[in-house]
Amino acid sequence: MKRINIRSEQDTERFGYELGQKVEPGTVIALIGDLGTGKTTLTKSIARGLGVTETITSPTFNIVKEYRSGRLPLFHFDVYRIGDIDEMFEIGYEEYFFGDGVCVVEWADIIEEIIPEDAMVIRIEYGASEDERTYEIEEG
Amino acid sequence: MIDGKFAILAIESSCDETAAAVVLDGRDVRSNVISSQIDIHKAYGGVVPEIASRHHLDNVNWVVEQALSEAAEKSGCPVTMDEIDAIGVTYGPGLVGALLIGLATAKAYALATGKPLVGVHHIQGHICANYIEHEELEPPFMALVISGGHTNIVEVTDYNECHVLGGTRDDAAGEAYDKVARVLGLGYPGGPLIDKIAREGNPEAVEFKRVFLEKDSLDFSFSGIKTGVLNYVNSERQAGREISVPDVAASFQQAVLDVIVAKTVGAALDMKKDKIVMAGGVAANSRLREMLAAECEKHGLKLYHPSPILCTDNAAMIGCAAYYKYKAGGIDDLTLDAIPNLPL
Repeated sequence: MKRINIRSEQDTERFGYELGQKVEPGTVIALIGDLGTGKTTLTKSIARGLGVTETITSPTFNIVKEYRSGRLPLFHFDVYRIGDIDEMFEIGYEEYFFGDGVCVVEWADIIEEIIPEDAMVIRIEYGASEDERTYEIEEG
Repeated sequence: MIDGKFAILAIESSCDETAAAVVLDGRDVRSNVISSQIDIHKAYGGVVPEIASRHHLDNVNWVVEQALSEAAEKSGCPVTMDEIDAIGVTYGPGLVGALLIGLATAKAYALATGKPLVGVHHIQGHICANYIEHEELEPPFMALVISGGHTNIVEVTDYNECHVLGGTRDDAAGEAYDKVARVLGLGYPGGPLIDKIAREGNPEAVEFKRVFLEKDSLDFSFSGIKTGVLNYVNSERQAGREISVPDVAASFQQAVLDVIVAKTVGAALDMKKDKIVMAGGVAANSRLREMLAAECEKHGLKLYHPSPILCTDNAAMIGCAAYYKYKAGGIDDLTLDAIPNLPL
C-alpha cells in the first residue's frame, strides 16, 4: 500500500493526469471517500490524462457516463444511488468492468463485493487543512 | 386518428421512470402514465424502492397498456394501436440500459404495426412540456432546462431547432441540492426539502461564493458551492458553534439561484428573446420561480413553466416533441439506437 499526501487541488490534478497518461486498458479505479474529498476533480484529471476532450459532468443521476474521445474509452461511475447490488447487474456493469476501457468508480465502497480483485483502490481522507487530502492506494 | 387528430403513443425510459402517454396533435394529452406514480403495491403486491423504478422491463408493457386504456376512457372511444398514427420514444441522453428498454418496445410496436417511429431527445421533450401547458406558446424563446441530471440554457429558435448556449461543467443544479441536503441532514430528494426549509432562513446569513466562470460564459459550476457548504458546516462544528440549517439552506439556494437567474435572463436579453421557458424537475422550485418572475417583470419578459407533473420525467412531453419532429419529416427507421450522451 502506498500513501500520498495531496496538498492542494493542483496536486490532485497532477496525480490524476499522470495516472490517466499511464493507465492500461481494462483498469478499474475504485475511489472511496466522503462528499467533498475531490473524487470528481480527480476523475476529471484522469480523463485529461487519457486525452478525453469532452467535459466530465457528474454521473450521479445516470450512474454511468461514457467518454470516447481519449486514448481509451472512459466509463465514469457514481454508484451512490445504488441500493442493491442487483442494480449493477441490471446496468450491465460487467461489460464495463471487464472491457477494454478504463472505469473510474466513485463511492466504490458501496459495491465493494463486485469490485474486481485487481482493481486500483484509492481511499481519500481529509488532511490537516481544508485543501489537504491523503490517498491510500492499493494496486491490485 | 382520434377525434380527427394525429395520435402519438410516446414512451420514455431514460432514467428512473418508465412512462407512456397518448398525445393528440402534439398538445392534447389523453393519458400520461408514470410508473412510480401508480399504485404498484396494488398492481403487483410489494414495495418498490426508489431505484427499483429502473426495472423498466417489468413495467414497460403494463405502462403502455395503461396509457392506451386511460386514453380510451378520456376520449370515450376505443384507443388501440389501430388508432395510433406514430410512436415517439426517447433515444437519449440517459442510461443506456434504461433507454434500450423503451426503445426496443417502441421499435417492436413500430415493426408489428407498420406505424412510423420517431426518436426524441429527452431535453427537447422537457422543453416541449411547456407547449402542452401553454396553448399560445410558440418558439422562439430562451429555455432554462434544470433537473437532477441537467442544467442547460438553450436557445429555441423553432419547434425542431435549438442551440445549447451553456451547461454545467460538473454537478447539475438538482444534484447540488441533493448533496447539500445530505450535508445538512435533510434527506432525499434535496430540492423540495431545501426549498421548503429555506423559506424560514435568511438568504444573506452566510456568504457563499457565486460562481460565474469566465465573462460571457453561460456555463455553470456547482461543485464548488457544495464544498463551500461542507467546509462552512465543518468549521462551525469544529468551533463548537451551532449552525442554523434554515439559514445555510437559504444562503446556499440564494447563491445557486442568483447565478442561474442572472445567466438565463442575460441570455434572453442578449439574444433578443421576449420569453423565458422553464423545464425539468427543478423548474418546480418555488424560490427559482419567484426570482425569475421578478427579473422577467423588470425586463419585460414573459415567463412560462409547466405544472409539476410535466416537470418530472414523463412521456406526454415526448409525444409533443415527437409530433413536431414528425411534422417536419423526422421519421426514424428501425436501426435507431440508444445514445447515452446524445447531444442536443
